[in-house]
Amino acid sequence: MVILILAGILLAFAAPQLYHWLGKYTYLPFTLFAAAVFVYLSTYVPGILQGHTYSYGYTWTPSLNINIDFYFDGLSLLFSLLISGFGVLIMLYAGGYLKGDPLLGRFYLYLTLFMVAMLGVVLSANIFSLFIFWELTSVSSYLLIGYKNEKKEARDAALQALLVTGSGGLALMAGLLLLGIAGGSYSLTELLTRGDLVRASELYIPALVLVLAGAFTKSAQFPFHFWLPNAMEAPTPVSAFLHSATMVKAGIYLLARLSPVMGGTEAWQYSLMAAGGITAVFGVFMAMQHTDLKALLAYTTISALGLLVTLTGIGAAPALQAMLVFLLAHALYKGTLFLVAGNVDHATGTRDLNQLQGLGKKMWRTGAAATMAALSMAGVLPFFGFIGKELLYQAALEAEVFGFLLLAVFFITGMVFVTVAFVLGYGLFWKKSENTTPVQHHLPPSLYLPPLVLATAGLAFGLLPGIMATPLLQRAAQAVLVEEQSFKLVLWHGFNLVLGLSLLTLVAGYVVFLYSIRLRSFAPFIDKVHRFGPNYLYKLSIVGLLYGATRITAVIQNGYLRNYILVIILTLMTLVTMALWNGEPALEFGSRMYQLRDVRIHELILVLLIFPALAFLLLTGSRLTSIAIMGMIGYTAALFYILFGAPDVAATQLLIETLTVVLFVLILHKLPAFRKLVTSYQRIRYIIVSAVFGGMMTYVMLLVKQFPIKSELKRYYGENGYLLGKGHNIVNVILVDFRALDTLGEITVLAVAAIGIFAVLKLQLGKGDNS
Amino acid sequence: MNLIIPVLIGAFFGVGLYLILHRHFFKLILGLILFGLATNMFIFVIVDLSRGSTAIIKRENEVAVEPFADPVPQALLLTAIVIGFAIQAFAIVLIKRVFQAIGTNDLDDLDKTDRIDQYYK
Repeated sequence: MVILILAGILLAFAAPQLYHWLGKYTYLPFTLFAAAVFVYLSTYVPGILQGHTYSYGYTWTPSLNINIDFYFDGLSLLFSLLISGFGVLIMLYAGGYLKGDPLLGRFYLYLTLFMVAMLGVVLSANIFSLFIFWELTSVSSYLLIGYKNEKKEARDAALQALLVTGSGGLALMAGLLLLGIAGGSYSLTELLTRGDLVRASELYIPALVLVLAGAFTKSAQFPFHFWLPNAMEAPTPVSAFLHSATMVKAGIYLLARLSPVMGGTEAWQYSLMAAGGITAVFGVFMAMQHTDLKALLAYTTISALGLLVTLTGIGAAPALQAMLVFLLAHALYKGTLFLVAGNVDHATGTRDLNQLQGLGKKMWRTGAAATMAALSMAGVLPFFGFIGKELLYQAALEAEVFGFLLLAVFFITGMVFVTVAFVLGYGLFWKKSENTTPVQHHLPPSLYLPPLVLATAGLAFGLLPGIMATPLLQRAAQAVLVEEQSFKLVLWHGFNLVLGLSLLTLVAGYVVFLYSIRLRSFAPFIDKVHRFGPNYLYKLSIVGLLYGATRITAVIQNGYLRNYILVIILTLMTLVTMALWNGEPALEFGSRMYQLRDVRIHELILVLLIFPALAFLLLTGSRLTSIAIMGMIGYTAALFYILFGAPDVAATQLLIETLTVVLFVLILHKLPAFRKLVTSYQRIRYIIVSAVFGGMMTYVMLLVKQFPIKSELKRYYGENGYLLGKGHNIVNVILVDFRALDTLGEITVLAVAAIGIFAVLKLQLGKGDNS
Repeated sequence: MNLIIPVLIGAFFGVGLYLILHRHFFKLILGLILFGLATNMFIFVIVDLSRGSTAIIKRENEVAVEPFADPVPQALLLTAIVIGFAIQAFAIVLIKRVFQAIGTNDLDDLDKTDRIDQYYK
């Protein structure tokens, strides 16, 4: 499996080059790769159906419990087959949809990367690798949404999706860690057996909150739903693949996967049911307000995700069965509808429902796919969606709590699904109208085949549920419920309450469809309210963040050297003051006054000469004078070095000081003359700071000198300078022998400085810069 | 001298800082040199000052005999002085170039690359 993943990543990064070579046939290797994955995964089906599970472990960083483990059971196989199966069709479809696009190679890179990452999410058995793949799907989703990178809307939507799902991913990371601590293991397969331990832990509630934050952001649950409609900026194959069939279902997968570990508590049930229920109703409500095909589909997807979360939250066997069936049905029909929307967009150049009518004649293949998918979405008899809808009502009727409320939620969403199905399956293509929308060009097979295949699959699953769907779904449900499931999916249950509800939904949906134009007239009003929703808050926080960061940066990094230095010095002074304040030894003069008597007269004269020199340096207006004073101060320092036993240092100081003065004088005439730049207020402030700083340094020095310094190094070098270094001058021996490498570094610094000086002097400014 | 030289070095630090805080290029260089000198002397003075004794082993001895000066700060200082010179020389030439190119001697005129708020209003 790890080989498959690595091969996928390699293939992904070869995509731009492959596009270079293969041109319009680029889709071939990628479609074949997805098909190979699908076939490979299919080989696990017989074993899984017999009740086996498979684990593969690859150690990565075992000391940190980070491993790449893969785990195959019914649930992960269902999801991975869905991902790879969809992958085949989408890879094929994208080749036709984006034909001739110069960035197609890059598109396949992102898409393949996503598919591999998504497979990793559903097959990982180690929570760290799960997290890594999870984040990788967010990143590839970001790249795909922002694929049309010259459009600002696309870039903003991509960033929004990344920030929302990415921050959710961070929460998930923390949640998974807490889960691992609570359960004492970072392996999902082990955690699955430790549900009681986790639920009894005091970390359970924090872990739950964080994991739910991750799952809800990924699966676009209210109030984190807003990124999904914006993500429709992505090319349509991406919307069909990531934002309808697979990636947004990663959150559902995670909830289902963790259901045996974390599920069953009231906190779990209520939070999932509440979030899912609100999202389901809110989604269809918003869907009614939109005339853009993809927005319509996006909001119904949000609603369907809400239903899935609700069903997971109920947690009983019928609800989870319904969840899995509905998940599969939804993937099939919503994927089809997205591809249909893509075809309509591709052929007519618009996605606005108000401008589209009577497309059936010119695009009958697409229309047929749309109608089949719509029938499945509406839950009409032989289609798979019908079984899903039946089970949905069944689950609500058998739910232990809030049964009536759940029924209402399912009914409302089901009703609007019917309406939307009418709009897409009938209104768009077959409704009689005078002026049909002109179709600009005919669609190649790569565009009409994938939706047809998906729609037919929806029909086949519905007609033959016993063969096509039941066995795998049973095993998937077993993985979620941790006990053998024996439910059978059948198309016809006979006349009962559930069938009655289904029919009622259809009728109600049709009625809503008839009045849908009038309902849509409320849209401007709704828009006004919705403008202050989460999307607005998101924008506000982004703008605020940018503004705040700019303000802070402008204050901290203000471009004035003196302010930077002032901050550094003041910080140092504060730290020293704090250290001295906290009962550090105080300075005492009394016992040290005798040292004053030790001063020789020539030393005193030297010191007394420097103070007037410093004063003169501050007051002089002549550059030459100040250079002379600098030289004088430097020579004085050299004299001090001689007096206190450092002849080498003194020699160096004399040489260097001379060189500096010479250099100064050489280019003096090219340096700016003195000019008063500082206001007197600033001057006073600087004088105070400088005086305090100087005083502080004196104080620190006196304080340090209060204590004798015992240096081991002095003894060591004194003993070994000659014996090891063969030199009598210890300082020289240190420089050229003991610490020779440091001296080499010093020489390098000098060389670099010399090169720098040479470059600066030789630099010829271009004509444009000469001003 | 243990009590007097710290006062002197404190004065170096103070004057050096004061010169750096000015916006003038030339004074910036003077301040840098003075600040460097003060730091060097700080290192030198912080160990015990002893007159007359150097860090040299006498010809007839194989190991140094007390009293001898601590060689470690002296070695540090030698390196520091030389590197300080490299910095000073580079600063002098750079500032000469900047003055030639831009024609200003005010450090505050060099804030353009740092002002982020000019790009994000």
